[in-house]
Amino acid sequence: MNISLLDVVGPVMIGPSSSHTAGAAKLAKTARLIYDKPFKKVRFGLGGSFASTYRGHFTDYALVAGAMGMSEDDERLGQSFEIAEKEGVEFVFYPTEIPSNYENTARITFVDENGEEFFVEGASLGGGRILITNINGLVCELNATMPTVIVQQQDVKGVVSDVSTILAFNNINIGVMKVSRTSRGDKAFCVIECDDIIPENVIEELRQVNNVLSVVVVNIKGE
Amino acid sequence: MYKNAEELLNLCNAQGKRIWEVALDNEVKLTGMSRTRVMEHFSIRLEIMFNSALKALENKQATKGGLVDGVANCQYEYSKGESITGGYINYVMALAYSCSEVNASMGKICASPTAGSCGIVPAVLLGVMENKKVSREKTLEALITASAVGAIFTKNATVAGADGGCQAECGVAASMAAAAAAYMMGASDDRCLDAAGFAMINVMGLVCDPVAGLVALPCAQRNASGAVNALISADMALAGQVAHIPFDQVVDSMFKVGKMLPPQLKETAMGGIATSPAGQAIFKEIFG
Repeated sequence: MNISLLDVVGPVMIGPSSSHTAGAAKLAKTARLIYDKPFKKVRFGLGGSFASTYRGHFTDYALVAGAMGMSEDDERLGQSFEIAEKEGVEFVFYPTEIPSNYENTARITFVDENGEEFFVEGASLGGGRILITNINGLVCELNATMPTVIVQQQDVKGVVSDVSTILAFNNINIGVMKVSRTSRGDKAFCVIECDDIIPENVIEELRQVNNVLSVVVVNIKGE
Repeated sequence: MYKNAEELLNLCNAQGKRIWEVALDNEVKLTGMSRTRVMEHFSIRLEIMFNSALKALENKQATKGGLVDGVANCQYEYSKGESITGGYINYVMALAYSCSEVNASMGKICASPTAGSCGIVPAVLLGVMENKKVSREKTLEALITASAVGAIFTKNATVAGADGGCQAECGVAASMAAAAAAYMMGASDDRCLDAAGFAMINVMGLVCDPVAGLVALPCAQRNASGAVNALISADMALAGQVAHIPFDQVVDSMFKVGKMLPPQLKETAMGGIATSPAGQAIFKEIFG
């Protein structure tokens, strides 16, 4: 049986819908973890069934809650609008079209005090599971169930090996690793799901590797 | 390894273990968590389930649209007096109503298997545990038994209303709860699965027709009736009623029925009571 019992009886969440409430909160929280900087404003572009049915399922409250760092089981989820206002964070919702194979999609754009923008796109897959599909222009597929490192690099020999050596040297076990590129010799990136949280010094070390362009870390605690 | 009920029962027989033990072994292997850690997770879930089943009994919750505000309290007060089916059945209904009311009011629940059907398993576990003086430890084993039944539906059919209608949500929840109730009353493993099969057969074909698209009406009512369905199905199995159709074939039949249902009856609010004149009037009143 490859279905986890804890997925059958779960998630523990704030109602009313695992896809439209719990999934939305998780999506926005993951987006915030990826962005990982202070922001003044956050815009939520809603696609598919999120756009048409978000009000009835409190998808809007859940998204704001997630952006403010709350989990899908946080009982303050219903007060997320007030909490964001108190912390001086503006938020807006707008309908949009996001190319995706999934029904419930969102584009979450963070705006900092200088007006710099950063967006994360993703989908709620049902049962509280999510998929991150785009990180500020970087197309990816990220379930965000484990600590994950996303390295963008120049497509040359040795980079992937250097990256995995650093992880191994720091005692971080790699669970799943996917490497892809736009075209040969151009930009490439790898998504690495790890068994352990990736500490700040390791992230810094990865950034120093030759030909590495950027490093994004999503420190989701897995089991 | 097992992928359906038949293989699960074979493993139980071969290893001299109960359904919950074989399922727990599998979970440990699958997740890489320790046995203790998995049990902790189940214990936390059981606690959250009980909290949501009790929360609205005396305190009405404010829900979006107000369609199910106070449904738990209404049934709970009634359960204290004269009734047709008795205090116990009415109390179990109140527990299920409570979970649904908490869910609709942005309270904390544990999806089992979904948020829309989150009241059935908790109501049955708590109702039987209290009424039949079953230990918490055994109730926890019953929750794992219920999860094992749910996993078989998840793997071989569906637990999404959008794919299979309400039979896939409240039907599966009742099926899970029936197995749990039978286990708590000392039934053998195959009898537990008979109970699960009876509960699904009782509501096979049930449509998902949420009024105004909200997880409220008829969801709350179907959680209450689903909990009672689980109890009577367990009683059928305990009485020794013969299950002529093996559980795996019930699961398969339910999946096929779900596919035959038109999209209008699968969580789109485009059929059933959602499109009745009264249902449409409620939609207008809430969303303008």
